[in-house]
Formats: sequence, structure tokens, C-alpha cells
Amino acid sequence: MKNKFKPIKSYVLNKGKILKMYRDMLKIRYFENKITDLYSKGLMPGLAHLYIGEEAIAVGVCANLTERDFATSTHRGHGHLIAQGVDLKKMMAEVLGKETGYCKGKGGSMHIADFSKGILGADGIVGAGIPIATGSAYSAKVRGTDQVTVSFFGDAASNQGTFHESINMAAAWKLPVIYVCENNLYGISVDIRKVTNTKDIAIRALAYDIPGIVVDGNDVLEVYRVTKEAVERARKGEGPSLIECKTYRFKGHHVGDPGRLYRLEKETEEWKERCPIKTFRERLIKEKISTEEELDLIEKDTKKIIKKAADFAIQSPYPNEKEAYEDLFVEEEGVEVR
Amino acid sequence: MKVKKITYAQAVAEAIDEEMQRDKNVILLGEDVGILGGNFKATVGLYEKYGEWRVRDTPISENSFTGLGLGAALTGLRPIVEIMFSDFLMLAGDQIVNQIAKIRYMSGGQTKVPLTIRTTLGGGRSSAAQHSQSLQAIVCHIPGLKVVMPSSASEVKGLLKTAIRDDNPVIFFEHKMEYNKTYEVPKEEYTIPFGVANILREGKDITIVGTSNQAFKALQAAKELTKEGIDAEIIDPRTLVPLDKDAIIKSVKKTGRLLIVDEGYERCGVAAEIAMSVLKDVFYYLNAPIDRLTTANFPLPFSPALEFPLIPDEKKIYQRVKKMVIG
Repeated sequence: MKNKFKPIKSYVLNKGKILKMYRDMLKIRYFENKITDLYSKGLMPGLAHLYIGEEAIAVGVCANLTERDFATSTHRGHGHLIAQGVDLKKMMAEVLGKETGYCKGKGGSMHIADFSKGILGADGIVGAGIPIATGSAYSAKVRGTDQVTVSFFGDAASNQGTFHESINMAAAWKLPVIYVCENNLYGISVDIRKVTNTKDIAIRALAYDIPGIVVDGNDVLEVYRVTKEAVERARKGEGPSLIECKTYRFKGHHVGDPGRLYRLEKETEEWKERCPIKTFRERLIKEKISTEEELDLIEKDTKKIIKKAADFAIQSPYPNEKEAYEDLFVEEEGVEVR
Repeated sequence: MKVKKITYAQAVAEAIDEEMQRDKNVILLGEDVGILGGNFKATVGLYEKYGEWRVRDTPISENSFTGLGLGAALTGLRPIVEIMFSDFLMLAGDQIVNQIAKIRYMSGGQTKVPLTIRTTLGGGRSSAAQHSQSLQAIVCHIPGLKVVMPSSASEVKGLLKTAIRDDNPVIFFEHKMEYNKTYEVPKEEYTIPFGVANILREGKDITIVGTSNQAFKALQAAKELTKEGIDAEIIDPRTLVPLDKDAIIKSVKKTGRLLIVDEGYERCGVAAEIAMSVLKDVFYYLNAPIDRLTTANFPLPFSPALEFPLIPDEKKIYQRVKKMVIG
């Protein structure tokens, strides 16, 4: 498993955009390191599914989206939201179940959403976001806009009926949707290679006569490039694409799961060598796009931002218990429905 | 009030047509809703009028086209999803129970889901166990869904228009045995609000709450019961969520008796829920125990000789009421 990177200059991106990608990946990494820390201190209720190791996918994909576009996220969704530029304070507060969180403490880590940024929910049911994204794309067609929708999901979701049902519809009606499969090889503990006959998930695109692309999910620029093509296709009305990003989660299924029972340490170590942030940093310096000092400064800044977010979350109050009885329905005045 | 005579199926189509004309964001999708005009002919003419993007024949993928409806609802449209039989709601179970009912609450009220899911209930067509169920209780159990059970053509039209305009998810149960029946429907445009029961007949001896077309079966039974000197009050609750408890409580306080008729199964059913939700308020006014008539706890069999005995009807209501009032 050797990395074969193309020269950064071949991607025709300005330095600002390139460094933003680096910064966004760091934000995700540090955000989740902080969560792990808060979890171990007993400050976080429940669980969180960590995206550490997969940052290049969310960042490479979302670098192609505008705030008018849409995305559906998953239980492992922090990366998607951060890449789409949501408020880290409100995100962290939600993870801790505080009233200042995005969902006022009703969603938690697994369901953080920011509808104002086009995030149509983060889904705890594997594969359930795929039809929702498809509907969002259908809606763009009916409303006559050029908005696209990205559906993020994992390898395990590709074995749900919703994957096949939705891609079938999107292909039949040429919907502006990009299906992004983050193949981190494991559905909790089950090795995808033991429950699926094909080497690549993207090959399933053939069944629906749409483009199916396999990409190194740890190379942010490659993810960016292939998504750009898919987004352009979608905006032009040429229909959906399926992008399979090969990647690996460095941690277990969630915080507290060491992930060692079902994975070989050798495999995990090999993937860690291919860390999307570490390799990108090396390339940026080697190819003289940036310098040690400049990148160090970005890291320092990002750590500060994350610390501020965590402080805000820790200091925020828990919601009043009355809040549990709010937000079920859009209520007309005087009509109570429970 | 000027009236016209149309079928229940035509009333459904009229409601959708009027709302699609009123609001360009209303779309209809489901199996056979387009070219065929619906399996029960309740969407005839809409495909021709509004085209394939607003009236969409879907593949047989209930869970995903229901989820598609949700995605469209979250992004500016006001979709109507048709699930041909309520039995098939189970195929869309995840989207209805875990997504549609949850997304507003789970996001802390950031979004709304203006989505209507139309489906059908009712036995009596020899359709056997997988096309005859009345599964309203299952969706009533889930917080976050409104549940509507219209009884006649004029009811179905007014309630469906309200459902489509509602900013919340609504599960709308149409009765299969009603589609071809002709009713008088107001000529003028009208809507019927949710949560307001309809008192079909006033009486003093017993309150009969009948959901969906059981309200009309109860009305027929009531006519026969006058021969026995029994004066029954008939309530059509119209919507199960929200439920107009006050109307039922007020009526039972007056009559001292309550029979609930619902075509769903008995166990953990709508009838049990209605009974329990009014019991505390009416207990000391009761002259007889509250009773219920429902579909027996068995799958519906094919042969009419086996099917009809399991489903509530006028005769069974008549007999049960007689027993409750006279003994």
C-alpha cells in the first residue's frame, strides 16, 4: 500500500483553497481528539463515532459545495458538518448535550444537523439518509435550481436496500445527487470483505448505468477532483454518480472501542502511515506550497478554536427539562398535539 | 350550501388537484399514481394535468420513495406519498418511524416536514392477509405523526386538503370499501380542521365512536336501534392524532355508555387507546363498562365466509349496543 500522489500543482487550485482544506481536516481531527478527551473525563453523555483517519473525504467533497447545496450525514458525521463550515461551538455543545447545542441537546453526537448550511440531518440508521438525499435532489429538479445533494454513507450502508432503491430512482430520473461511500472496511466489527463479494463497491454503479469511481479517500485532492467532476455532471443535469472513497478509521467503532478484536494491528498501523493529514502536510512542504512555520501556525490556531468551542460547551447549561416536550410538531396557536 | 354528488375516489382526486393548483410545491408520488390514475382510481387525471415531475410513478421501493418524499419535504416541497395498502407501510417503516417522525424533534426544531402519506385500510375485498389490514394503531403509537381517518367523501376531501397544508407529517387512511361510493360533497371549496370530532347523530343512551367508515356503519345501526327504543349518539373522531377527547368525554357524560368501533386489530388497538384516554374523566358517569368492537386478533382470511365474521359491521354494532343498553 504505497501512496502515489500527483503533484499538487496539477490540481490547479489556489493556495488559499489548498490551505483551507488542510485547516478543515485539522479542525475535524482536533475536534474529535477533544471529544475523546471529554469522553474520558466523563463530560460527554452517550457515545460518539469518530471520523479520525477519514477527514480527507468530507473536506475534499465539501470543497465543491456551496451553502445552497445539500448533504445528508451519518452517525459518523462530525467531519461532514465541520467541512461544511458549521459553528464548532454549537456542535461541541450538542455533543455534550447542552442547551446551546445545534439541536438543543436532543440529537447529540449522532444527529447534529445545521439546516441553514444544507445539512439535512445526520442519521443513526445505516443507509437511511440515502433516500432523503435523493428526495432533496428530486426537489431541486422540481424547483428548477442547480443545487446538488451529496449523500455520505459507509461501506455497510451499501448493503442496505435503500442504497439500491435510491440509486435506481436517481439514475432513472437523472437526479443531481452524488453518492459518496466512505469505505472504511468495517461495519462495526464486520469486515466488508467477508460479507460482500465484490472488491469495490463502486462497481455497483454499473448496475444502474451511472459513473462509479474508486478514489483514494485519504488523498484530499483526489477526492476533491473526482467530486468536482461528479458535481459538474449533476449540475448539468447528467445525473448521479457513485464515488467510493477507500479509507480507514483509526479508532474503533466509537469512542471507547479500541477496535482491536476484529482488526489486525498491522493493518491499522499501515493505514495510519497513510494518514490524510500527515501525508498532506508532507506534500505541502516538499512541493513548496507552504512551510513548516506556516502550517505550524495553522495548527496552533486551529487548536485554539477547538479549545474555545470546548470551553463554550463545558460552560453552557444543560437544557431545562421542559425542553423535552418541545419541537415535536409545528404547532398552530392553541392546538396541542401530543 | 350547494352540493354535488361524487365518489370518495373523486373527492380524493379533487382535493389533490385543488391543492396542486393552489401550491406549485405540492407533488404526488407513489406506485401507479400516474398513468393508471391510482390503484383505486383516486388520482385520475392528475398526471395528464401536472406532468411526470409533479405526479411521479415510482418503482416498487416503498421505503426509499417515502424517504424521497421526506428529502423533498425538507427542501421546499410539500409532497403527498401514496402507499397503496397500509400493509405496505411496514416496508417504509424506517422512514416513517425513525426519520419522518423524528427529524424535527431530533434537530431541535430546526426543520419541518410538510408531508402527507396517503394509504388505505379495510377488509371486505377478499384480498387476504397482506392487503386487508387496518394498521392505524401502529402509526398512532409513534410520537411525531398526525393520523387521519376520514369517514366519507366530503370528509376525505376536507381533511386531505388540511393534511396537505399541514406543516407536519400526516398519515392519512382512506377506506378501500368507500372509493366507489357516491356522497354529497359541498360545491364550494372547504377544509376540515384536525382535532375536531364530528357528531353524526345526537342521542342520549349510548355514545358510539366509529373510526373511518365504521362511523357510518354505526349510524345505520343507530337507525335500527331506534326500533328497540335505543337512542345512540355517533361520533366520528376524524383524526386519531390529535384526538378530540373533549367531544367524547362530553358525550359519554351525557349518555353513560361508550362503545368504540375500529377496524384495526383489538390488541393494543385504537379502541383501547380511546377508551383509556377518556376513562378517568367518564368513570363515575358510566352505566355500563366501556366496550369495543374491532377486527379479531387474526390475519384476515381470503374467503368472504371467513373474512366478514372477523370485521365489525352494522349488525355487530347493533347487537353489541343492544347488549350494553338492554342487557
